[in-house]
Amino acid sequence: MLEITAQYFAAFREQAGRERETVATRSSTAGELFAEVAGRHGFRDAAARCKVAINGEMAPWDARLNSGDVVLFFPPVAGG
Amino acid sequence: MRGAMSFEISGAAIDPDALKAALVQAGAGACVCFEGWVRDHNDGEAVAALEYETHAALAVKEGDKVLAEAAQRFAIERAACVHRVGRLEIGDCAVWVGVSAAHRGAAFDACRYIIDEIKHRLPIWKKEHYASGTSGWINCATRGVAAPT
Repeated sequence: MLEITAQYFAAFREQAGRERETVATRSSTAGELFAEVAGRHGFRDAAARCKVAINGEMAPWDARLNSGDVVLFFPPVAGG
Repeated sequence: MRGAMSFEISGAAIDPDALKAALVQAGAGACVCFEGWVRDHNDGEAVAALEYETHAALAVKEGDKVLAEAAQRFAIERAACVHRVGRLEIGDCAVWVGVSAAHRGAAFDACRYIIDEIKHRLPIWKKEHYASGTSGWINCATRGVAAPT
């Protein structure tokens, strides 16, 4: 089991009802963890339209997770 | 200005005149500026106000990257972009992009490139507050689903 801190932004934060949480998970990649928390919190956006950052850097969905990672989940963006 | 290229996230009102002054360069014969304003409607709904949220550190990192790309692709002198966060009212300037260049073609092209990339790549989110009392998160591909506030 990995212990990960997940952080949610904008619509994800409102849907999850929290800014962050600690997750004990068997997910080994950012994408797997996204599917897991999306299922739990009812996120409707496809991963392809969302972004993820690990420990302060943007990361691909297939990035491996390590215990202690801080994983930021970004819903589809809308600047401008 | 942090140099020839400058990207900022700001919680305070944008000052276009000051930003434009920082683009001045003896070799620049053209200046193109774009301002994105908060309008009172979107997709048939009357909009009362907007709220922008960001992850500032990653937005600045990606914004700097966009400006550096523009400087690589187009023959420009200077470029600057400021994006607002927080609550904005109708008519407020939400994003400002300015480019100076020797000639107008590169200035227009770079300005268009910067605003398009900023909208699609930066971790910035927009929540619309509707006159009807509901609100919704918007994104550049689909409209958000209105939810009661």
